Amino acid sequence: MFVKKLALAGVMTVLAGTSAMACGINARVSVVGNEFPAIQTVGAGAQECSGAEVTTNLTADHQKINVPGMQGNPAEYTSAIIANSSIVALMNEDVIRPLDDLVAKHGKNLKKNQLVTINGKVMAVAFMANAQHLVYRADVLEEIGVEPPKTYEEMLAAAKMIRDKGIMPNPVGGAYKAGWNLAQEFNNMFLGMGGSHFKSGSAEPNVSTEAGVKALNMMKALSEYMNPDFLTHDSNATNAEFRAGNVAIMNMWGSRAATLVTADGVPQEVVDGFAIAGPMTAGGGSTPASTLWWDGWTVAKNVSDAEAEATFVAMTHAIRPEILADGDVATQAVWLIDGYKPTPAAVGVFAAAEANTIPYPMLPYMGLLHTALGNELADFMQGKESAEQALADVEAAYVAAAKEKGFL
Amino acid sequence: MKHRTFFWFFMPTGLAMLLFIALPILSVVVQSMHTPHEAVLLTVETCTPFKCTEETTIDQDATAAIRAAEPLGRFVGLDIYLDRAHLAIGEVGSAWTNAAGWSEFFSALSNLPFYRAMSFTLVFIFTVTPMVILLGLLIALSVNSIYAQLRGVVIFFSLLPFVITPLIGALVLYWMIDSRGILGNLLQWMAGDPSLSLKASTGLMWVSLIIYGIWHAAPFAFVIFYAGLQTLPKDQMEAAQIDGASRLQRVRYVILPHLMPLVTFVTLIQLMDNFRVFEPIIGFNAEAHATSLSWAIFNDLGGETRQFSSAAATSVITIIGVAILLTPVLIRTWRDFRGKV
Repeated sequence: MFVKKLALAGVMTVLAGTSAMACGINARVSVVGNEFPAIQTVGAGAQECSGAEVTTNLTADHQKINVPGMQGNPAEYTSAIIANSSIVALMNEDVIRPLDDLVAKHGKNLKKNQLVTINGKVMAVAFMANAQHLVYRADVLEEIGVEPPKTYEEMLAAAKMIRDKGIMPNPVGGAYKAGWNLAQEFNNMFLGMGGSHFKSGSAEPNVSTEAGVKALNMMKALSEYMNPDFLTHDSNATNAEFRAGNVAIMNMWGSRAATLVTADGVPQEVVDGFAIAGPMTAGGGSTPASTLWWDGWTVAKNVSDAEAEATFVAMTHAIRPEILADGDVATQAVWLIDGYKPTPAAVGVFAAAEANTIPYPMLPYMGLLHTALGNELADFMQGKESAEQALADVEAAYVAAAKEKGFL
Repeated sequence: MKHRTFFWFFMPTGLAMLLFIALPILSVVVQSMHTPHEAVLLTVETCTPFKCTEETTIDQDATAAIRAAEPLGRFVGLDIYLDRAHLAIGEVGSAWTNAAGWSEFFSALSNLPFYRAMSFTLVFIFTVTPMVILLGLLIALSVNSIYAQLRGVVIFFSLLPFVITPLIGALVLYWMIDSRGILGNLLQWMAGDPSLSLKASTGLMWVSLIIYGIWHAAPFAFVIFYAGLQTLPKDQMEAAQIDGASRLQRVRYVILPHLMPLVTFVTLIQLMDNFRVFEPIIGFNAEAHATSLSWAIFNDLGGETRQFSSAAATSVITIIGVAILLTPVLIRTWRDFRGKV
């Protein structure tokens, strides 16, 4: 009996030993993040770890809950998956910890450019790049005999032809839902028109400019070719329109475009015609009307060192180079992981990076301007006020908020 | 009741109200008069997967030191209440002096978040509340006069809109009025205009929200009135019938006076609920067309950078708004009460 027990214990030890080499942790891991396919993969990867509980909460509302969920002590979430916009909120509230010691101990598989370094300290580990770029129906553009548009002006011309030929009544798609999405589309167009959000080196807003007016007028012109409900369409709803065959050209996130037509029930002509190209320019500029993004993970400050280490181990395991062996995973995103080879789904984001697309600004007060843009631009899009008035409203709303938060 | 007995009877409730209602409100008032400290900014080298740049960030050590010294933040008095996101005194003043006429003044006013929210909220309150009472009364009277065997089933189905979670109810209606939804498509067909969209027009969106508000709250009024109808004295009704009162006259002179206290009750609850209209705006994705104070609080707390002071100020304004709305009804009730004593 005793021998049996001993043998069993021996087997258990061996098993535990092998799983530790795979991914063994000894403290709680809890991850909050967005819900697009690549992040689902990362979340599932972290859950492969054994030895302690790994929970994930992946939702489109992640940025509403990550700061409150990390402010407590101990924090509910030991890791937040963020992008260059949302890391700012975590930095502002000081809820994430520097990772230098953990990188030295467990991060030998990470590449140097994956480490997001702020003031000499590693604050996040990036695992993918992202950008909005052109997604189109090759069959429809062939039918009207035009090349995929390289500029928004060409996009408008193509949209007019598609409508005039009676192929689709509303051929342009766009995530123009009032709020975050609409503001993001403005950011793209505004940077493409040569604008910059703030007066150099200060928190003073700088959107009420000629570039701002041009950006808004272009968005208005595009919206004439969109589903009349466009102010309620976020990226999910816009993708649904594309899948249903109602949309032929749109500016869409690389992270969502890659798996766009793999859903059930997409008509065959949409699957066959689906194509991707780089972001478009606007107003004769050379900078694409898009922004460059990275997605990465952070580790909470208000957790024990054991939990922080377990989180780092689990998250590093989730983005290990071996995950790219799975063909589906490899197409889900433009991975920054060692050994990634671009797939056809990645051409849009790569083109964006090569064309010197401007990264989304990582400034403490950018979130406030984004919110102000999201609230104040809808009136212009509905034709209730002029572009100048809408931009003046944005600046006034931003200034009130920035004064409250102590930035002005 | 003796004062002493009343005191001991009321004390547990009073204590709970103090702890869970008065103190939180007090903390919200304090929060609304404080803002975060001036940000201490640093320019540091930031390296991302794309490139290294000089970026502005917050100096955490300095900020932590200031916060430790004054944890409440900066005291700003009523500044938040008066800024553009709330009462916007400065903006209203300049609109008043610069506007050429009333319409220009009102259009300037509707451009400010608080007044925009109030304009929708007030229209919502003063259409939904009377309609809910009227419809609730009609349903109660109809249900009361059908066969007793059928009543259970009818009551169950009449109550459904109130039972359904508001957000779910709003979402169901939202997809039905979508331009590709069953109602949206029907309207397009009836109007003969394929580009007609309820969601793209502010006026139609307001109508949809108001219809949703009535649909959702009418069962509440119905249940209250139906309960009231069960206590209606039979002899009074018979007396009225013998006196030759028609059905309409019986409703007007016997049933309505009997139900009046309940009408006051439903009015009070509806005024409060409708002032805080929130779920349909979220469910209908209507923020481009209609906002409310509750939506403004949600928006302040939902951005990447959360604005607690602004949300707190809007909360206090909501409480004051509810108090103002309820005053006439409460005064009336008080007078009736005094009159009876």
